[in-house]
Order: sequence, then C-alpha cells, then structure tokens
Amino acid sequence: MLVLKLFWEFFKIGAFTFGGGYAMISMVKTALVDKRKWLNEDEFWECITLAQSLPGVFAINMALYTGFKISGKSGSFGAMAGAALPSMIIIVLVASFIQNINGLKTVKDIFAGIRPCVIALILVPGLTMLKKAKLDRRTFWIPVLACLAVCLLGISPMYFIIAAIIGGIIWAKIVIRKS
Amino acid sequence: MVFLQLFWVFFKIGLFGFGGGYTMVSMIRMEVVDTYGWMTAGEYADLLALSQMTPGPISINAATFVGFTQGGILGSLIATLSLCLPSVILMSFVIALFFKHKESPYVKKPMALMTPVVAGLIISAAVMMCDKESFTSVLSFVIFGVTVVAHYFFKVNPILLIVLSGIAGWLWGIYN
Repeated sequence: MLVLKLFWEFFKIGAFTFGGGYAMISMVKTALVDKRKWLNEDEFWECITLAQSLPGVFAINMALYTGFKISGKSGSFGAMAGAALPSMIIIVLVASFIQNINGLKTVKDIFAGIRPCVIALILVPGLTMLKKAKLDRRTFWIPVLACLAVCLLGISPMYFIIAAIIGGIIWAKIVIRKS
Repeated sequence: MVFLQLFWVFFKIGLFGFGGGYTMVSMIRMEVVDTYGWMTAGEYADLLALSQMTPGPISINAATFVGFTQGGILGSLIATLSLCLPSVILMSFVIALFFKHKESPYVKKPMALMTPVVAGLIISAAVMMCDKESFTSVLSFVIFGVTVVAHYFFKVNPILLIVLSGIAGWLWGIYN
C-alpha cells in the first residue's frame, strides 16, 4: 500500500513539475517530509545529495533514493514510475494532437507567470540545504565557489562532486590516522 | 533496429549525463541531430521548447518525444526506460556501499563535503534561469518574491503556487 501511495505522490508531483527536475525538490519535500512525514529533514537532504552526485536524470535519482528510504526497492520503483509516467503520457498526447503548443498566446502568458515561480522554488531548497550543511568559517566558501564557477565559468558540476568525494576520502583517512 | 539504437543512445546518456536536465538535453541533441540525423536542429529546438512547456523532468520529456517520433509508443517507452536504467543499476551499488556503511568516515566525510557543493549547484541552477525571458514584467518580480516568502516562511504547497502563478500570468496577459 505504501508503494501505491508513493507512486501517487510522485505522480502528482510529476504532473506539476515545470522547469526541470530541480523544481521537484520543493514539491517532494512538501509531500514526503512535511505532509506525509515518511522522511525526516536529514534523511531527505541526504537523498538529494546522493541524487545530484550520481549521473542520470536528477528527478529519477531523487525518486529512487527517497523511495528506497521509505519503502525499500519496491518503493524506489513505485516512486520512479510515478515521477516518469505523467511526462510520458502528456508528451505522447501532445506529440499526437498538438502541432505548435508554444505558438499560443495563452500558453506564453501562463508560462510568463510560472517561470519566476519555478526559479523561487529552486532557490528555496538550495538555501534550506545551505542551512542544513552547517557551514563554518572553514567551509562556507565551498557552495559559493561551486555556484560561481558553474554560473560564471560554465565549469561542469561533475568536477566539484568528484573533488568533494576525493577530498572527503582524504579527510576520512586523516581522521582515522589520528584516532 | 531503431529500437536498439534508441536503447543505446539513451542508455549512454543516462549513464554519462550529469548536472541536471539542461546538460543532458545538449547530449541528446548531439546524438539525435548530429550522430543519427533523426531530426533537424530546428525540429530539435521545437522539441526542446515543448519539453520545457510540458510538465515533468526535461530529459524524460525529450527522451519520450524522440522515442515517440522514431518508434511510436514502444519507442517512447524504450527511450525513457533506457534513460532511467543506468540510475537503477547504479543505485544497487550505492545502496550496498552507502546505506550499509553509513557510519564509516569514508562515507560521512565525503557526504559532509558533497552537501555544500550540491547546495551551491542547486542555487546556481536558479541563478542561471534568471534572464530576460523569465523576468518579463513587474508581475514576474512580484511572483518571485511572493513565492519565496510563501514557500520559505509559510511552507505553502509548491503545486498550489505554480497553479496560482500560471493563473496570474494568464490574467496579466489578458489585461495588458
């Protein structure tokens, strides 16, 4: 039953995600953490970190890891199916029936309203996650540097993830040696 | 044959694609337009606009669309499933490594560094979307401000905020 509920939560989210997978973060948090209380905040941000650090579609990774945390392997498949299905249904319908959706003025107007909302919905979880990362004087520059390098220099985010993993392993080695 | 090609193209993208929908979309373009010639650059631009305008993750939308044009419903299923498959395979490794050794410093320390990096990357995604196309009028700034406050401080449901923003944009269009 939990699998079905997971499927349904992600299905609803998938049907209302505009502007890509990052826009899903707020919705998934609202549904799974705030409303259903299936995950606590820490578990949720852990899933987001994993989802972003691995290759593949971010939204699918996010569904897989939160689904797994909540209800194991079957949960992850239920969540993934829910996240992908609305897209597939809508695209197949649109591709079959509508020739030029972006030529319609009403569609343009509606998206003019949705776009700034989506940016805000991506920004808010980014800020919440910063708070969760418990930054101090030694670490506050990490997100700043990552953000600037990607925005201004167009460096692939992948290098930052790899650097964080290698840095973390070295850090762990030092900690273990000391103890 | 086309089904095998669809599988291979999207499996590769699912395996090596990284950094959110927009990076993947350019990888899909390379394969679909340059390598296989399934579409012209213009057709792909239309597809992209459509993928952004319809709900759902952009790369899933693009994969479904390409698959559908090349091989109907079955093609769209194969393209989308192949895009997701690498994530599913990787997950079993990550679960074995990560969830079983959660307390190990070799998991904890990298995670402690990855979290601020990912936060920075998510914020960068928001920053990069701030262009003239997204902020077209006073209304855009109002919607942006109201959404931040409503979602951050009052935890208003994002789906509701999206629906309301769409309605606001529609009404604004009518009266301007």
